Amino acid sequence: MIEVKNIYKSFDKTEVLNKIETVFYRGKTNLIIGQSGSGKTVLLKCLLGLYEVNSGEILYDGISSKNMGINEKLEISRQMGMVFQGSALFDSMNVLENIRFPLDMLTEIDENEKNERALKFIERVNLKDAIEKLPSELSGGMQKRVAIARAIVMNPKYLFCDEPNSGLDPKTAIVIDKLIQEITKEYNITTIINSHDMNSVIEIGENIVFLKEGLKIWQGTNKEILKSKNKEVDDFVYSSELLKKLRV
Amino acid sequence: MGILHDIGKYFLMIKLSFSKSCKKEVLYKQIFKEINDLILDSIQIVSILSFFIGGVVSIQMALNLENPLLSKTLIGYATRQSVILEFAPTFISIIMAGKVGSYITSSIGTMRVTEQIDALEVMGINSLNYLVFPKVIAMLLYPFIITIAMFLGIIGGLLAMTLTGVPSESYIQGIQMDFESYHITYSYIKTLVFAFVLATVPSYHGYYMKGGALDVGKASTRSFYWTSIIIIILNYIVTQLLLA
Ligand SMILES: Nc1ncnc2c1ncn2[C@@H]1O[C@H](COP(=O)(O)OP(=O)(O)O)[C@@H](O)[C@H]1O
Ligand SMILES: [Mg+2]
Repeated sequence: MIEVKNIYKSFDKTEVLNKIETVFYRGKTNLIIGQSGSGKTVLLKCLLGLYEVNSGEILYDGISSKNMGINEKLEISRQMGMVFQGSALFDSMNVLENIRFPLDMLTEIDENEKNERALKFIERVNLKDAIEKLPSELSGGMQKRVAIARAIVMNPKYLFCDEPNSGLDPKTAIVIDKLIQEITKEYNITTIINSHDMNSVIEIGENIVFLKEGLKIWQGTNKEILKSKNKEVDDFVYSSELLKKLRV
Repeated sequence: MGILHDIGKYFLMIKLSFSKSCKKEVLYKQIFKEINDLILDSIQIVSILSFFIGGVVSIQMALNLENPLLSKTLIGYATRQSVILEFAPTFISIIMAGKVGSYITSSIGTMRVTEQIDALEVMGINSLNYLVFPKVIAMLLYPFIITIAMFLGIIGGLLAMTLTGVPSESYIQGIQMDFESYHITYSYIKTLVFAFVLATVPSYHGYYMKGGALDVGKASTRSFYWTSIIIIILNYIVTQLLLA
């Protein structure tokens, strides 16, 4: 569980996050939604510790980000996995090497065990036939699956995904969303996903935080969001003509 | 102001590259990869360039020394001096600012724009140590390249003279004339300074770049601009300190 307490974040003079207060639950797919530029990526990077917040506090299962020493920070960051918007795979390494990379860099376990563990996750994301391929030889959906496997190979407590299905066709997008949800349940991870895609909201939105221009406007589940009376949420949810027509 | 900020950030980058080290095996592997990419892959172009430059230098020396009163050994002497003091260490380093420098900037810059560097940081890896430190270590072998350039430059001169009809004995006598070992020391000190610049300045331009794929090209150009200017200025300073 990650608790966000009253955080502010600005760059120079532009305020990006304003008084964000929320909770992300363990074993659930938590979604941060909002239009492009609303501050989703910045919030995620604050949670990851890539950005320092100006004020406020983040609690990782009770451990406060405030006054955290370098070693404590490292300790927490070792429990995090991240799936980047563009996958961010290492392009000189093949699929197996990419997934093994965190094990190579951070653990002292022997070669056989590393390969075994990497292979377990490769099978989990259905990439057994692509082990030796380079990222440039993979489709967008496969790259995402490699990125997911790499993010969970260290058994993280927290998994962050920045628009994991952007640039994918709708069918593949749902496959990726579902995969993330299954993994979240299987390993009981606190998963936080950035999205602006209504499909994901409906499919896997167990706890949704809606951002607009750096403010948290609304929070709830996918069942609640369709019936929300909030004008701004409504504008977002029913921004597509199709959904407007389907509205009951 | 802008430049001072950059200089400060550059030195901070170097400090960070040498701290919070990754695992030894990982670094060894990276160092070998960099030796291959930065040093071994450069031998061919350096060889071709220095061989022909040596030839041209000796021809020009011969043209300027046509006076029958001057000994032909001067050609060999002058070629040796120019190649060892300037052409090999400085001229080749400027070429390397283009070859190795743009390679470093574009490879690190691509990692920056595709969030690979963020990915390293998220895993709790010191990305500067992982990416920059092995390059600095690999470039400790740079004097090896400059030695090849010196040798082939002088051989190029010899061949050009043989083709123009200058007796090779007088050229060889020339290259052995008034040999001062301090000049070699000076040359290798310069070379090591340039090696450090070649590894770090392009890394800086790649690591701290912003934007997308198009900006990687721009960063490479800017990296070449600064690396070559810094090399030329340091060349002047080192020469002033050691030879003047
Ligand atoms: N490193 C940065 N420096 C300055 N401004 C930034 C930076 N990162 C993001 N911003 C600004 O913060 C706002 C929110 O950005 P972001 O979180 O990327 O939005 P999104 O919801 O699309 O992910 C944008 O206006 C963006 O310009
Ligand atoms: Mg974003």
